[in-house]
Amino acid sequence: MKKQVEFKNHQREIFHFRLRLVVSIGFVMLLLVVLLARLFYLQVVRQSYYQTLAESNRIAVVPIVPNRGLILDRNGVVLARNYSGYTLEINQTKTADMEATINELATLVEITNKDRKRFKKLLTESRNFETLVIRNRLSDEEVARFAAQQYRFPGVEIKARLFRDYPYGDKMSHLLGYIGRINQTDVQQLEENDLASNYRGSDYIGKTGLEQSYENDLHGITGIEQVEVDAGGRAVRMLSSTAPVSGNTLILSVDAKLQEIAMEAFGDYRGAMVAIDPNNGEVLAFVSKPGYDPNPFIDGIDTQSWDELNNSPDVPLNNRALRGQYPPGSTIKPFMALAGLNFNTRSPEKTISDPGAYYLPGSSRQYRDWKAGGHGSVNMFKAIQMSCDTYFYGLATEMGIDNIFNYLSRFGFGKKTGIDLEGETSGLLPSQEWKMKRYQQIWYPGDTVSVGIGQGYNLVTPTQLAFATATLANDGVAYKPHLVKEVRSSRNGESRMIASEPLGDLTIDPRHLDLVKRAMAAVLQPGGTAVYAFLGTPYLVAGKTGTAQVVAMKQGEKYDASKIDERHRDHAWFIAFAPAEKPMIALALLAENGGHGGGTAAPIARKVLDYYLLGKVPKPLRDADVKEGSEHD
Amino acid sequence: MTKRQLWLRFIAHLDRPLLFGIGLLMLASLLVLYSADNASWGQPLKQVLNIVVALICMWMVANMPLHYLMRTAVPIYVLGMVLLIGVALFGEISHGARRWLNLGIFTIQPSELMKIGVPLMMAWYFEKNEATLTLKNYFIAALLLFMPIGLIARQPDLGTSLLISASGFYVLFLAGLSWRVIGGLFVAGLASAPVLWSMLHDYQKHRIMMLFDPSQDALGNGYHTIQATIAVGSGGMLGKGYLNGTQTHLDFLPERTTDFIFAVYSEEFGLLGNLILLSLYAFVVMRGFVITGNASTYFTRLMAGSITLTFATYAFVNMGMVSGILPVVGVPLPLVSYGGTSMLTLLLGFGMLMSIETHKKLVKT
Repeated sequence: MKKQVEFKNHQREIFHFRLRLVVSIGFVMLLLVVLLARLFYLQVVRQSYYQTLAESNRIAVVPIVPNRGLILDRNGVVLARNYSGYTLEINQTKTADMEATINELATLVEITNKDRKRFKKLLTESRNFETLVIRNRLSDEEVARFAAQQYRFPGVEIKARLFRDYPYGDKMSHLLGYIGRINQTDVQQLEENDLASNYRGSDYIGKTGLEQSYENDLHGITGIEQVEVDAGGRAVRMLSSTAPVSGNTLILSVDAKLQEIAMEAFGDYRGAMVAIDPNNGEVLAFVSKPGYDPNPFIDGIDTQSWDELNNSPDVPLNNRALRGQYPPGSTIKPFMALAGLNFNTRSPEKTISDPGAYYLPGSSRQYRDWKAGGHGSVNMFKAIQMSCDTYFYGLATEMGIDNIFNYLSRFGFGKKTGIDLEGETSGLLPSQEWKMKRYQQIWYPGDTVSVGIGQGYNLVTPTQLAFATATLANDGVAYKPHLVKEVRSSRNGESRMIASEPLGDLTIDPRHLDLVKRAMAAVLQPGGTAVYAFLGTPYLVAGKTGTAQVVAMKQGEKYDASKIDERHRDHAWFIAFAPAEKPMIALALLAENGGHGGGTAAPIARKVLDYYLLGKVPKPLRDADVKEGSEHD
Repeated sequence: MTKRQLWLRFIAHLDRPLLFGIGLLMLASLLVLYSADNASWGQPLKQVLNIVVALICMWMVANMPLHYLMRTAVPIYVLGMVLLIGVALFGEISHGARRWLNLGIFTIQPSELMKIGVPLMMAWYFEKNEATLTLKNYFIAALLLFMPIGLIARQPDLGTSLLISASGFYVLFLAGLSWRVIGGLFVAGLASAPVLWSMLHDYQKHRIMMLFDPSQDALGNGYHTIQATIAVGSGGMLGKGYLNGTQTHLDFLPERTTDFIFAVYSEEFGLLGNLILLSLYAFVVMRGFVITGNASTYFTRLMAGSITLTFATYAFVNMGMVSGILPVVGVPLPLVSYGGTSMLTLLLGFGMLMSIETHKKLVKT
């Protein structure tokens, strides 16, 4: 513009400058308008949106974890409780070098190798952003020592927590189960059941046993605290709060003392025992031996201890009472007898002759009686009392598998009892249909013969057999077995009783019942298979011994316990109810590799019945206490 | 001389409207700083000291005759260049950038000096060549601008180099750079944008990207923008009330006494408060334009205009950054943010404006 102008017109120059100035003013005005528009947009148009964001910045909803419900036995003895203690916890997201942090911590508080291993396992299983426990149960001194050095560990904190404790340890493990840290699977399940919000802040959930099956009662309702927090997440002040509701108290029908006595009575034997009050289905004792200490499971058991438990030949983690499936052996005979009477297969009076073996018509295959040479002439009463195999081989064959299946399933064989624990197995009551499905084979008459004495395909769980025994003891009126008697609300102290309504009445002819019960009482009398076990009791016991084969005998081979490896010896069964005339307790008891029901299992049962009916506490069981000898199945 | 005469002489070179405007802004600064510092007097008191020092310097500059002012242009510019080269060679690295020069007793940031040095030098150059201005002169002026800019951008300090570019460009613009050249530069700038983009450091690219989607990195670089926008937006029409800003007082706002002080103010005083604050800035800028319009020489016109426009730009860039329409560049809110250096630089500028306004009668027209 000014290119060739040597000496400019001053006025013109001022004019040009003013023009530029006006453009500048316009430019500034434009900036001002842009800014105002933006501020108007933020502060008026979107005010409520940003208001909400500011509030959610400011307000944190902190869950308050409720105290877990207690578990008491029927007399109020505490079986699962909470105690408060200090833990040392590491926040994953705030800790860069985990290994170095733990090493540093180890200079202040004791951190064992087990702790490290357990922590490593937690780390792999944990949900993100979680704080994980490195040490439990810190001593006051350790708390003080760490607190003084806390500034060095930004991601580590001490927390006061409630811990779960099972004072009975391995004695109650298989019925109480345990709680453990919530893992991914639990989270998924909680989400599916719409319970996730109630578990905000909860670290533990029932994993097995009653802790699992009554989780909803035990957990309680999570409280909520609204707090104002600063950017660092520190609470500045509380805005409002809703108190948590503690979990409900479970009152079991189990008698802790009875349970303890039963556990001890087993001595070194592995096995299981379930004792039920036949009048209402209340489980009085629920034993699976060996047990395990559930306490280390709560915060994640270390791998080494886990391997030890898991690989032990005694399989302590297996809940034998609930999940163990064994052939019922001769304990099936009273039920088989009732079936025979029901279908009129044999009259009570009918006697057969037992030469020591049974042959199917037209077959040379030998079905041996346990007693070489046989029992001679036996009727139904004597067949039960002496546990005559030949009698029941014949009875079963005459009845046929269809009738057996039909009748025995009424007693709950082959079905879950519905006891209030998860993971129950259903045993096996064979039928033609089942065999076809399972083996694509027809049912052979020989199959029925074995079923008649509880061998062959037959399998029962101790819980199942106890349930069937209780049903028999209660004259055919069945109650669903349950470990929990009462759920007491922590809010108002009101109790919810676990229903004791009968499942149904099998309407068994009283005369049939009378015969079988008397025969079972005679089992413990001279001439029976367990004479010595209940000598001199002031109460009358009805029972039945049984043997479950671990390894099958070949044709013509003779069972000789002394020649067989201990783990391959037969399992000893004993079922009983007492007092026989008005039963208050019914039980099924299995001693693994115990050999004979009368010699091993019945004496254990006696200690249980003595305590329950007489209040008698036995002297510590000695190993050689068991009477061997003539007692046989 | 009576006391009154002494007083009159003391204030003779202070422009009252300008002093009124910046005085109110400084009061606002102390008020907001008190809140931003969590109701403590710590930073407000230090800011008072900054203000006092800066006001004394302003008074001295205001009392400096114009030919004096002009004479400082070359030495300041040359000194600034020497220091910038010194920084490039021996500067201290902090936060990944080489911006500071350790002179033994104290460390200085030469780019601050150039905020005044560059427009001063360019205005001086145009004044010298006023009689025979050709396109070549504009080119040389642009060179005077780009030499320091290049050095500052290399430090790297993108924010400062852009702002100095702006103040230099304002001189060129007011000096009468042809619209066609401006248009050409604009087009060239657009065309070279991809090249410039590739020359940026990663964190600089990041800051610009954040502008489009701050939530992309909500806990990292986007955090500043997100929290500041929440603070401004939640302030609403009337604000949450003095000392009641939750974003401020619960520590959600970063750098809230310096670069993000506008968010504190906005949260507590709302849109109404913002209108008042913007009015104050507008008043100061308008007074600056009036002084520019009245300026008697080519040099003073260019200088006054550049100072005024730069001041307006600083205010806009800071508030735009806090309210999320500009990327986060380290620019304080002029006269309000805590900090001695920026206060000093700004008041030196206002001192010049006052000198230009009050000495014009003495200069031949």
